[in-house]
Amino acid sequence: MNFLKIDGVRFCQGEWQLEVDLEAKRGECIALIGPSGAGKSTLLSLIAGFEQPDQGTIFVGEERIDTRVPARRPVTMMFQENNLFNHLTLYQNIALGCHPGLKLTDEDRELIERAMAATRLGALQSRKPADVSGGERQRTALARCLCQRRPLLLLDEPFTGLDPQLRVEMHALVDELRQTHALTVIIVSHLPHEVARIADSLAFMLGGRILETGPTGAMLSHPENPELSQYLRFTPAG
Amino acid sequence: MNLSLSARWQLGLWPGAIPLFLLTTVIAGSLTALGALSNTASIIATLRDPYFFQVVRFTLWQATLSTLISIILAVPVARAYARRPAFAGRNILITLMGLPVVMPVIVAVFGIVAVYGRSGLLNSLLQPTGISMSFELYGLTGILLAHTFFNLPLAVRLLLPAWDQITSENWRTASTLGMSSPQLFRFIEWPALSAFLPGVIVIVFLLCFTSFTVVLTLGGGPAATTIEVAIYQALRFEFDPAQAAVLALAQLLLCAGTALLLIRWMRVLTQTSGRKSDSRARPDTGDRAGKLFDFGVIGLCGLFVFTPVAALVVSGLQGPVAAVLLDTDLWQAAARSLGIALMATSLAGIIALGIASTARFLILERRQKSAKEGLLLAGSLTLAFPPMVIGTGFFLISLHLEAVDTITLLMIAVVNALMVLPYILRSIAPVLIDSGQQYQKLCAQLGLSGWHRFCQVDWPMIRKPAAFSLALGGALSFGDMGVAALFDTTGHITLPVMLYQRMSAYRFDEAAVTALALVLMCVALFWILDRGLSR
Repeated sequence: MNFLKIDGVRFCQGEWQLEVDLEAKRGECIALIGPSGAGKSTLLSLIAGFEQPDQGTIFVGEERIDTRVPARRPVTMMFQENNLFNHLTLYQNIALGCHPGLKLTDEDRELIERAMAATRLGALQSRKPADVSGGERQRTALARCLCQRRPLLLLDEPFTGLDPQLRVEMHALVDELRQTHALTVIIVSHLPHEVARIADSLAFMLGGRILETGPTGAMLSHPENPELSQYLRFTPAG
Repeated sequence: MNLSLSARWQLGLWPGAIPLFLLTTVIAGSLTALGALSNTASIIATLRDPYFFQVVRFTLWQATLSTLISIILAVPVARAYARRPAFAGRNILITLMGLPVVMPVIVAVFGIVAVYGRSGLLNSLLQPTGISMSFELYGLTGILLAHTFFNLPLAVRLLLPAWDQITSENWRTASTLGMSSPQLFRFIEWPALSAFLPGVIVIVFLLCFTSFTVVLTLGGGPAATTIEVAIYQALRFEFDPAQAAVLALAQLLLCAGTALLLIRWMRVLTQTSGRKSDSRARPDTGDRAGKLFDFGVIGLCGLFVFTPVAALVVSGLQGPVAAVLLDTDLWQAAARSLGIALMATSLAGIIALGIASTARFLILERRQKSAKEGLLLAGSLTLAFPPMVIGTGFFLISLHLEAVDTITLLMIAVVNALMVLPYILRSIAPVLIDSGQQYQKLCAQLGLSGWHRFCQVDWPMIRKPAAFSLALGGALSFGDMGVAALFDTTGHITLPVMLYQRMSAYRFDEAAVTALALVLMCVALFWILDRGLSR
């Protein structure tokens, strides 16, 4: 049974057009790969609700979500930057995932503590984003995603700015959280070999379309699409 | 699209639509009142009157001269500050250059008279040498002097950010090319400066063109009268509403025409403070003559700006302090001024916030850049509608309703709100839009909207510029005399009007203390609002 179903979604922006069908199972991790301008981030924006499709439907479970505002979708998203409000402490940033007015119940506080423990942020709660490292900032954003308790996690290249070792650690953390919280993850990456460590399958996008999907290992070792082969030749090995 | 999405799209328009409707109603109502009284006969009579053309000519002439003098003097002063980026007290001096902007005009006029007047500080210093100042302060000279006092420091502050646009690489390249100081000015500084100059010229020209208090107090008669003063005289002395209406419409046409003609240059002004220019790499700072020139220019400008302020403080402290301060009329006038200032600032703040929110919505959610620009421009339209023109319309309406006394304070507050609105809007809108660009998606995802978003995200981001502009608006409104003088029937409706009455009655001792009290209250109000809101 598919958990996420993107059915005939079409989105136009001037001359450029995106046309996508995609499915994901509960707990699956799909990596969207492809060159810049392929439509990977736009697809995430359509799932999250920052853009409205001109045609097609998006279902999560039994529910159609493409008619809802972003805050009402069972989706949470991490961006490349601006994941945190710089004037708030890490704790407040995480707590916004529980209540937009920061009116927290005991249950919320417990949830925040658990999320901070899961993302190993315990001692940093009173610091502000400017006072912590890039990795700690992204862990904070992940902790907030956990507090939002939404089953679909979208990651729009959130670890691009980090050094390679930290990226590996962050991917491992995402994988751990995916398994412990039964999250379905869709991650956009320019580094297919790196993201292969956590992705069950890959979807290769080019010119607003998904040209090939399949299990990660098979797609990386035996790509069917010539454009994917070409693309993989110019991406660094993980 | 379901109801929640479409409702969100509609809701985003309301915060800007309501204030825009109110603005249009106020301006249209005022113009209708003016139009109703400007019948063909009164227009023909006014246009046939040589006095009308004399007033229009003088208005343009004094504004042009004032602008030229202020800008010509401001360029070397701004360049001197830009070339000396690190001397002790530089930042304080630049901050204090903002004093004339906050200072009530009537108080500054008092300070100028205390220095340059017949029995002023300058003449008393010159007395032992047997020389006396030959110029007559009342008339064009006084007007130019006062306008330069206000606009020279303003122009310096507005021009200084031009040097922030020059990169240290530009200076290093100039060094390797062995450029002299004049060559640096010609090839590097002038191109940056020339992008700013038109905008600054427009602002200074419009300020001088609509100047009221300076011309009323220092004009010295029909030969040196501007349109705004002529409106005041037509209403207060000749009680000729028809002539006032025609004059107001003429002022509106000239002002709006100038603003529309020059509006494209008003957009190039940036918001930087002019304090981060890295000119340490420039090659012409070591020269001794250059240093002498720069510090000489900075010193002279400082002397010109701060002497009237010092004279005001000294003469205030020498006056009958206790008697003036124990007078209940003074405190009643101060309370009315405070009420007007707080009402005007709150109203302008709410309107500015509504317009800025909708502008942000238009650009970020609907991607309608021209609609956003149009809305922000509409919010700044009151720059082209002089407060005196709107005030005159209001005055005529209240005369018609026979309610001059009952709604006076409200009307003054509304006109003052329109006067300070463009400044507050220009401070809040860019920051609010930037905050939106940074956090729009995050807020949408977290469900941060409305009051929650305002408290958690928007207010912390706009708090400082909003506090500063609201404080500035409050101080400007507190010290403004223009429209209050028009509505005044008692002689002490507000503190600035009371000061004007005391100066007109040659009660200079009392006026000195009143002026000092007024400026101190203004500074206190500015400080309390700025500190209180930015905390």
